[in-house]
Amino acid sequence: MSDTRTASRTGAALDRLKGEGRAALVGYLPLGFPDVAGSVRAAVAMVEAGVDVIELGLPYSDPVMDGPVIQHAVDVALAGGTRVRDAFGAVEQIAATGAPVLVMTYWNPVLRYGVDAFARDLAAAGGAGLITPDLIPDEGQDWLDASAAHDLDRVFLVAPSSTPERLAMTAAASRGFVYAASTMGVTGERTTVGARAEQLVADTRAAGAEHVCVGLGVSKPEQARDIGRYADGVIVGSAFVRALAGAETTAAGLDAVSAVAAGLAEGIRTAR
Amino acid sequence: MTTGRTGPQVTSSPGGPLATHAGPYFGDFGGRFVPEALIAALDELDTEFHKAAADPTFAAELARLHRTYTGRPSPLTEVKRFAEHVAPGVRVFLKREDLNHTGSHKINNVLGQALLVKRMGKTRVIAETGAGQHGVATATAAALLDLECVVYMGEEDTQRQALNVARMRLLGATVVPVTIGSRTLKDAINEALRDWVANVDTTHYLLGTVTGPHPFPEMVRDFHKIIGEEAKAQLAEETGALPDAVVACVGGGSNAMGIFNAFLDDPSVRLFGFEAGGEGIASGRHASRFSGGTPGVLQGTKSYLLQDEDGQTLPSHSVSAGLDYPSVGPEHAWLHDIGRAEYRPVTDAEAMEAFRVLCQTEGIIPAIESAHALAGAIQLGREVATWDTPDGREPVILVNLSGRGDKDVATAAAWFDLIEDKPVVQADEGEQL
Repeated sequence: MSDTRTASRTGAALDRLKGEGRAALVGYLPLGFPDVAGSVRAAVAMVEAGVDVIELGLPYSDPVMDGPVIQHAVDVALAGGTRVRDAFGAVEQIAATGAPVLVMTYWNPVLRYGVDAFARDLAAAGGAGLITPDLIPDEGQDWLDASAAHDLDRVFLVAPSSTPERLAMTAAASRGFVYAASTMGVTGERTTVGARAEQLVADTRAAGAEHVCVGLGVSKPEQARDIGRYADGVIVGSAFVRALAGAETTAAGLDAVSAVAAGLAEGIRTAR
Repeated sequence: MTTGRTGPQVTSSPGGPLATHAGPYFGDFGGRFVPEALIAALDELDTEFHKAAADPTFAAELARLHRTYTGRPSPLTEVKRFAEHVAPGVRVFLKREDLNHTGSHKINNVLGQALLVKRMGKTRVIAETGAGQHGVATATAAALLDLECVVYMGEEDTQRQALNVARMRLLGATVVPVTIGSRTLKDAINEALRDWVANVDTTHYLLGTVTGPHPFPEMVRDFHKIIGEEAKAQLAEETGALPDAVVACVGGGSNAMGIFNAFLDDPSVRLFGFEAGGEGIASGRHASRFSGGTPGVLQGTKSYLLQDEDGQTLPSHSVSAGLDYPSVGPEHAWLHDIGRAEYRPVTDAEAMEAFRVLCQTEGIIPAIESAHALAGAIQLGREVATWDTPDGREPVILVNLSGRGDKDVATAAAWFDLIEDKPVVQADEGEQL
């Protein structure tokens, strides 16, 4: 066996950052926006500007957990011919930066590819694992098996509506971290982050989670600083996508995502 | 209550009568493929539904509404002149869901769910609609029961079905045109799901068919099973026997489950679901999930699905907006796989021909959705001679006439070239109602 990892790559990164006295900055971008190569370059630029963990979104035709900014980017990615198999090459290139790369995907593309085959190819590409917004652990036995077989992280979501029983069940099924949805809603920038987020992080930890990161609606350095005080990681998506979407040129897009990353990273560094 | 039902249970549904099969799984299909944020609401709905199902006062209230408001029982009509177009010696009966208040079977489910909403203490309902029938039914129930109502409808459908948009607004509902994706029913459901995640504390998603996450497929079936129960008793009065075949159109599949359910455990009764074959399976422009689809997950449930090799949802096509959906209820997928029901495509052209025949032989204008079932009966006429019927009596086909065609007059006028000038057709749309 060449693979001797026995613990979560993402979890190890979160622990290392905790040792440095700060939360992780987790940055999302959809594969294929504005095109496959462009999304890889943007992700690498984000890492160079301070993003600790990359969440690479797999474009899907029916993204029910996403707001308008990400829906539009995903439409562009699909219209441009982005394929599921493009994810593995992209993961390999982004992972070369040293940052853990999690693929964020709705479940049907994985099901269609074959759950074990997807896990095998993701692991071979150096991916850290999956974030699965429409797969609850109750429905995920195939993925629990495949991720164990291929030593991948499983990031399931919890929400302010989750019962204590479900928090415990989800925490036990997750590896890497648990994704705490800050608010009841879809992805997108919000002026305030749900007040229930801090309580949800505490409850999820109490339910057994080792690491809990907070996402949905987080876009500003002040929000990152607030969340960085209590969570293991701050997840930002739409703000990066909007920065990339608003740029006239590739170079300007890279500058824009780098600036967003640097601002958020600075916010997190001043949290504790 | 379904927590922990993982893995093996997904592929092993318990035995027992087919008609009372409970979710979340129908064989390898069904489940709850939704964000965690919705699970608490789905659990609450599941609990409330089963409590209501066991509560005689709930059943009495729903029965009272059906009798005094919906107009149930809906009649059973033998259509002798239409039957001549099916096969010699065949008897054809229509279950007249087209005569329900609001014009289709949709009201059965809507009233049931709306009463549940009141029990749960929620004050707002949201719904998706394609052709507008479910949206109109939901807006109707919301007006009756004093609920705020928001209906999501693909922008393309709001233009094709402008009058149904006006009907919903007359009834006090807010209609939100959905401008993302293909701008049709599938995208309206995505948008309704997004609304639900954000507003689940006050809001119930009044889903219009037997798909989506558990408990919707089971619950919506149970609110529609009255169709088959009534028809079975009415037909026994007419013929003294079970039908030889039961026929329905299948979009999401609620009218079909509604009429099939009472016959699932009668093995002599053949069950046929007719999907939208659009311009033909080979054309790629259709909504035939069983002929042209593969198992996959969409919008909360695992079922047969039109998808590409990457698992991206493919666009569907049908002359009938109500059948124009890329997936199908999971119980149909299960009935297909275990061989209890058979699903076949009917093309746009076959459906429109059956539409014309029923209009001209019986004086009944069917919904184009229901015309697919009528075309299916005509298809079956070619093989009915091979059926063994007890004592050699005439074969009996029961067709669910799920809706009426008022909404389809403009489409039919254009299809049959009934009005010379296109602008006149549009101007005349106002006369549909």
